[in-house]
Amino acid sequence: MEFLVASAIGVLTAAGVYMVLRLRTFPVIMGMSLLTYAVNVFLFASGRLTIGAPPILMKGVESYTDPLPQALVLTAIVISFGMTAVVVMIALGAYLGADDDYVNDPPEVGAETGEDPR
Amino acid sequence: MSLFLIVALPFLGALLPGLMNSAGRQACAGVTFMVSLLAMVGLLSHLPAVLAGEVLTARIAWLPLLGLNMNLMLDGLGFFFAALILGIGLLIIAYARFYLSRDDHMGEFFTYLLLFQGAMVGIVLSDNILLLLVFWELTSLSSFLLIGYWKHLPDGRQGARMALVVTGMGGLAMIAGMLILGQIAGSYDLSVILQHRDLIQADPLYLPALILILLGCFTKSAQFPFHFWLPHAMAAPTPVSAYLHSATMVKAGIFLMARLWPVLSGTPEWFMIVTTAGLVTMVLGAVIALFKHDLKALLAFSTVSHLGLITMLLGTGTAFGALAAMFHILNHATFKAALFMCAGIVDHAVHTRDIRRLGGLRRMMPITFVLATLGALSMAGVPLLNGFLSKEMMLEEALHTTLFGLPWLVPVLAVIGSLFSAAYCFRLIAHTFLGPEHRNHAAEPHDPGAGMWLPPAILIVPVVAIGVAPFLAEPFIKLVTDSVLGGAVEASNAHFKIWHGLVPALWLSILAVAGALVLLWLYAPALELWDRAPRPEAKAIFHRVIRWSVAAARAVMEPLHDGSFSRYGAIMALFTVAAGVYAWSTGTVAAPTREMQPAGAVATAGWAMLVAATISMVFLHRNRLLSLILIAIVGLMVSIGFVYLSAPDLAMTQITVEVVTIILLLLALNFLPNRTPKESGARRRAGDIVVALSAGLATMGLSWHFLLRDAVAPSLSGFHLENAHDGGGGDNVVNVILVDFRGFDTYGEIIVLGIAALLIYALTETLLGGRVRARLLNRKPDQPRAGDMHPTMMVVLTRVIMPVVLLIGFYIFLRGHNEPGGGFIAGLIVSIAVVMQYMASGFAWAAARQRYPYHGIIGAGVLVAGLTGIGSWFVGKPFLTSDFTYVRIPPFEKFELATAALFDLGVFLAVLGAVMLSLESFSRLARRAHEPESDHPMDVDPSRDDPPSAPAPARGEV
Repeated sequence: MEFLVASAIGVLTAAGVYMVLRLRTFPVIMGMSLLTYAVNVFLFASGRLTIGAPPILMKGVESYTDPLPQALVLTAIVISFGMTAVVVMIALGAYLGADDDYVNDPPEVGAETGEDPR
Repeated sequence: MSLFLIVALPFLGALLPGLMNSAGRQACAGVTFMVSLLAMVGLLSHLPAVLAGEVLTARIAWLPLLGLNMNLMLDGLGFFFAALILGIGLLIIAYARFYLSRDDHMGEFFTYLLLFQGAMVGIVLSDNILLLLVFWELTSLSSFLLIGYWKHLPDGRQGARMALVVTGMGGLAMIAGMLILGQIAGSYDLSVILQHRDLIQADPLYLPALILILLGCFTKSAQFPFHFWLPHAMAAPTPVSAYLHSATMVKAGIFLMARLWPVLSGTPEWFMIVTTAGLVTMVLGAVIALFKHDLKALLAFSTVSHLGLITMLLGTGTAFGALAAMFHILNHATFKAALFMCAGIVDHAVHTRDIRRLGGLRRMMPITFVLATLGALSMAGVPLLNGFLSKEMMLEEALHTTLFGLPWLVPVLAVIGSLFSAAYCFRLIAHTFLGPEHRNHAAEPHDPGAGMWLPPAILIVPVVAIGVAPFLAEPFIKLVTDSVLGGAVEASNAHFKIWHGLVPALWLSILAVAGALVLLWLYAPALELWDRAPRPEAKAIFHRVIRWSVAAARAVMEPLHDGSFSRYGAIMALFTVAAGVYAWSTGTVAAPTREMQPAGAVATAGWAMLVAATISMVFLHRNRLLSLILIAIVGLMVSIGFVYLSAPDLAMTQITVEVVTIILLLLALNFLPNRTPKESGARRRAGDIVVALSAGLATMGLSWHFLLRDAVAPSLSGFHLENAHDGGGGDNVVNVILVDFRGFDTYGEIIVLGIAALLIYALTETLLGGRVRARLLNRKPDQPRAGDMHPTMMVVLTRVIMPVVLLIGFYIFLRGHNEPGGGFIAGLIVSIAVVMQYMASGFAWAAARQRYPYHGIIGAGVLVAGLTGIGSWFVGKPFLTSDFTYVRIPPFEKFELATAALFDLGVFLAVLGAVMLSLESFSRLARRAHEPESDHPMDVDPSRDDPPSAPAPARGEV
């Protein structure tokens, strides 16, 4: 089980980083989403893995999983929606405004050489 | 009045003129005047104590660990400067009221002026050098605003920028110097530093500290070689020139030299640097001033020259020098501010300040003539006016000063300076007011109203009064000098007298005035000589230096920071991995303490789907729609993983967020291209793969490592598990943590979420308000549109299902405290229900039926959560302390009421509002792109479409 989670985190991170390094906005957003999954699962896993012991208090049950990472990840999931939405909006605005969806600046054609005295 | 209030009043008052602007110019100036007057009265209320030799202090610890405290001190020196700043400020405000034209935004001007005034008063009353630095920078900033007040004039903008660059650089140097000084003395409080003269002067870091602090002072007070910014700052409106550049701001450097005089002066280094700089500035400024044709430029260079004079006097390090310096500060402030105002009056009346085009104004403007003449004669050092007294003291001091081992050097240069100084004063009078009249003036010159000539007239009163009866000023100036000396040197017992007998200084004075008259007589040939002489143009040099620095900065920055996001991403990933590897290789690694848990077939299948979907995405991401489907699989598997690993709350959150995220991305994809073209070559991709694999392996290794080991120290979770039921009143520990234990954290998160949604809304508005709007309206969809935009089946189904979904949301919300659920999840579920209406029935239909704006829902959520938190104050508990009780209403079971539920309601509303506002903003973009939508309840309605047999039923709600 531990190996499955660890390797899933690794695969998600690797794919996420690769996608983030693409040149257009949409794959970059996809990559960030993958990275979000990876980070959330990573944080969640920092409470160690427990099967069948949700942190819902019940009479006669003594062992529960660690609730704290869950609480932190829960808000992180919701916030990541907000983040994705903002990034998508920025990408959309850039595309609609400039008619291309490159993430990198185009190489400068002729850099200015100094401050205009005016 | 509290010292704090005196400093704070101008800052607080700075709000008023801006607000009063629409109330008229009179109100605007009046309120500014009242604010300054109030501060002045407050200051004067301390006069008796200051005269009695007391030092008033007021202290508040601000950042005591940094040594930055809000400590204020009022002694003779501080009082002297504060009175100059506020007193001349009052006159300037009155003058500016009549000087500014109707086109000028008066509220803006007076706001800047009050900000500047507050910063200046702050400097002179600070007892903490870090606090002083804060005010120091504030004067640089506010003077920048004031110099550039006429934004439409390029000269004003350039002058403001130059002043900011020069004084800002000096300020930076001074910060370093002050920090060294504070380190040496062990405190940043002036009153402590001033006690440690010997310690500071013996320290090896004394010289660097001295040079850095003097850089700050010299740039501010326009000393050579930083004098060039001051004349360019004259592009400011004349009241600003009179206030900042003659009476107050340029004296801030001098003030600081005087303030730190007890600890810094008296060493050979101080003497050499300060006296030389002062002397050179004095002579240079006077010579240049004589050949300037612009009245204000002439006065600007004369200010430079006089500031040099004061600096030189402070540099000598003697008590007599300090006395003369303080006296000249007072005298210069009076006559120079008056002269600037007179220059402004002439400019107003004749519409030119060029001396070559002026002349003979004495008959047309008699009042101005008298005021300007008295001021100029005082500046020239003519007896019975105050300038004569301090100038003679300066010559006296010069006779006793030996620089570079040459006893004649200082007196000769001082006489040359005085000679040129007298010459430009005489020129000012002769070429402006005397001589033949110029008949080609644009306007018929005449004296202005009393509002404009009264302020300079008030300043001329002390010029004459002190000149005739110097003993009036003597006790006060001596008191000020005593606080400058700070007991470091025995006070001078010299007296202010008009007639000292036939002393050498008098002969030098006579020599200077006589020489000046000769020079004026020979002015034409002298000017020709000057015009032919080569001389460096400060402005050009300044611009060249700026150009070089910009080029150097670009040469370093551009290769590093080239706007390539991919490159930054790769560097960041590699750096993080490298840091992790370094930490790993230098740390200790414990043996595994946990057993691996068996993975069943279901878990393995889920894992396989997740990995397969992720890897497919890497290969198939060019088809964007397909990559959306793949990422949905990943999200689904992650949710299932959460269920499997005992995290039901996370699973519910993840799956609902998944739904709204996919809808969001679909909306975005509506506008973006459907395919990603293939652009990067094989090498680039290979490099990216290396980066990605190293990042993936690193995170996998890290997770693998810690999953097999227990935490090094026990976490907080035990506490949460134990106290959730008894302390928080809930059995769902995750929810109790969210709304209770870490409620403040959650409160911050919903605010962030709300801000993100508002940001999206704002961006949408910007897009729709700009040129993108036309493009959106004219856009041709790149995909065929559906024949039936709102299928009846879907419309009916979503509407029927809506109450059910709302009920589920309500149920999830209520049970959240004890079972998986809560505000976050309920908010997401309800927003999905609402989004379904948008999708099925169309934007227009849904928007028409939406009662409350989503911004309002976000705001209400944050407010509800916040008010719940505040509620605990009323029972004397800290913010967000929760409480709960069990209630039993007979037919029902016992149930629980908790304040945390109210907080959760806030969370619910904020999440709902934020999600909906984001999605709605996106669909607003889409809506504009299509033809207007039908706002009938149903697209297909037989009763509407069939020929009406009876009047059509009113359009109603469903």
